[in-house]
Amino acid sequence: MSQTNSITDVIDQSEHRGALSRLASHQTFWVFMAALLACLALSMLTDTFASERNLFNVSRNFAFVGIIALGMTAVIASGGIDLSVGSTVVLSAMTVAVLMSSGMPIWVGIPAALLVSVGVGLVNGALIAYAGMPPFVVTLGMLSVARSLAMVLSNNKMIYEFGPDHAVLLGLGGGSTFGLPNPLIVLAALAVLTGFLFKWTRWGQHIFAMGGNEQAAKLTGIAVRQLKVSVYVFSAVTAGLTGILEVGWLGGVTTNLGQAMELSVIAAAVIGGANLAGGVGTAFGAVVGALLIEVIRNSLILLGISTFWQGAFVGSFIVIAVAFDRFRNARSSD
Amino acid sequence: MSALRLANITKSFGAIHALTDVSLAIEPGEVVGLMGDNGAGKSTLVKVIAGNFAPTSGELFLSERRVEFHKPLDAQRAGIEVVYQDLAICNNLSAASNVFLGRELTRQIGPFQIIDYAGMRNRAAELFARLKSETRPRDLVKRMSGGQRQAVAIARTLLSDASIVLMDEPTAAISVRQVAEVLNLIRHLRDHGIAVVLISHRMPDVFEVADKIAVLRRGRLVASKKAADSSAEEVTGLITGAIEMA
Ligand SMILES: Nc1ncnc2c1ncn2[C@@H]1O[C@H](COP(=O)(O)OP(=O)(O)OP(=O)(O)O)[C@@H](O)[C@H]1O
Ligand SMILES: [Mg+2]
Repeated sequence: MSQTNSITDVIDQSEHRGALSRLASHQTFWVFMAALLACLALSMLTDTFASERNLFNVSRNFAFVGIIALGMTAVIASGGIDLSVGSTVVLSAMTVAVLMSSGMPIWVGIPAALLVSVGVGLVNGALIAYAGMPPFVVTLGMLSVARSLAMVLSNNKMIYEFGPDHAVLLGLGGGSTFGLPNPLIVLAALAVLTGFLFKWTRWGQHIFAMGGNEQAAKLTGIAVRQLKVSVYVFSAVTAGLTGILEVGWLGGVTTNLGQAMELSVIAAAVIGGANLAGGVGTAFGAVVGALLIEVIRNSLILLGISTFWQGAFVGSFIVIAVAFDRFRNARSSD
Repeated sequence: MSALRLANITKSFGAIHALTDVSLAIEPGEVVGLMGDNGAGKSTLVKVIAGNFAPTSGELFLSERRVEFHKPLDAQRAGIEVVYQDLAICNNLSAASNVFLGRELTRQIGPFQIIDYAGMRNRAAELFARLKSETRPRDLVKRMSGGQRQAVAIARTLLSDASIVLMDEPTAAISVRQVAEVLNLIRHLRDHGIAVVLISHRMPDVFEVADKIAVLRRGRLVASKKAADSSAEEVTGLITGAIEMA
């Protein structure tokens, strides 16, 4: 016993000595540095970036992408993909908007919106886990279905009147606490929670095991089907939560809310180190990835580059991040 | 008392008779080398024992108690562990996490059940020490040698206190030095009183560790005898059919 202890001690020491070099080998670290550098460059190149108003906007947008990127990281780490998050955002937003504008209180509107999101996740998860359909196909279908439902629900009209709890809803998404925008606080809390779940619970361990080798996970008796469903529900709930916050921030909701958001979210997760092949990803990485995307997007606007270029940047980022990962894996597997 | 006894096991897949009337007894701490040509039914036999397939007919006895397995978990609970041909291991996790996969140790902290990494590492280190393997619990399996990966898979069987370990071609795709490592692991299992069924096409490996040799030919058991009383020539003859039965 004492012998094995001394062995682990030695390993401990050698690992701590390498902590700094290990940090430098992490993609997340470099993405974080890149985001930081971009921020510095922008505050020197433009007078507007560092203005309180702009920072407020950037941090809020970043929070919306970041929150869903946490859910997306769980899905990607499990070996799947969720293309329906952008549509879940608008469906959730529309649910809360329609209910509240019809006079319902906020404590009915928000749980209802979250429940609808859970429903979306359950349908995605059940079709993938129990019917054995590919995640890409199922969630692509849901992308279309959920947005269509949002249109049906609202009759494709803008909603900007939210009944008796109007001010509460707007305060929730648009207000701030201790000088920080509320969505940012939600992001921080959710990131800590997700990080904890990933690292310290069996649920998290099993997600990564399933993403690493689903067959092995199944053979060891892990209930992979239920696990898959739970992952898609988690992702849908982060999207639903974002939908609720975004209504409050925008003060109104139209059916094009969250359009193409899945791309930014997937880009954030992948840039943050999540591996589309499954088994790899961190909560902190998702947040950092979202930060970099939002800073770049903001910089395009501030530098006067046409917003038409945004899609090109986000798309290229996904490809570059994946290529980077491929390159690294090819080298380390020699 | 036999650790495992198969009585007249038959398994058909439609018109294919993968196993026909196989009867075999395995004693505690015995290493059985199961040999046969491609398609002879070795993997099928292992899968019947491990609960992946229900036999078409025939019976299984563990310590002379009749058992029926409907799923792999049933067999696992009864003390049968399988080390799969393609190793059921997650490359992205550490050795310790793999050993404990699906049965992680947890600690209660307030309302939370959190994973006890330190506990799992220490216990895994103990198991690796018992197997005389230099595998380190913290290392990612991705960066391990074939032999170390085998040690991880085998440590799982020690953890569950298995009485029977089934190994389907554990030495198929690894280097010579690693083969020696795996054979040593098998000896350690045997020394712990665990019965091992080893499937391999490599005659020398089998003769090096096996106490008993069993040969399948086209789904029939054509030999089951002490390794000391047999020879590579005889087994080759049995596999090809040059020798009818022994
Ligand atoms: N799930 C299955 N469905 C139908 N036929 C099967 C199935 N599994 C095995 N067989 C057939 O049963 C026979 C025995 O196969 P098995 O895999 O047990 O052979 P093996 O001895 O393990 O061969 P190898 O040395 O190539 O691994 C073969 O004819 C095979 O095609
Ligand atoms: Mg086989």
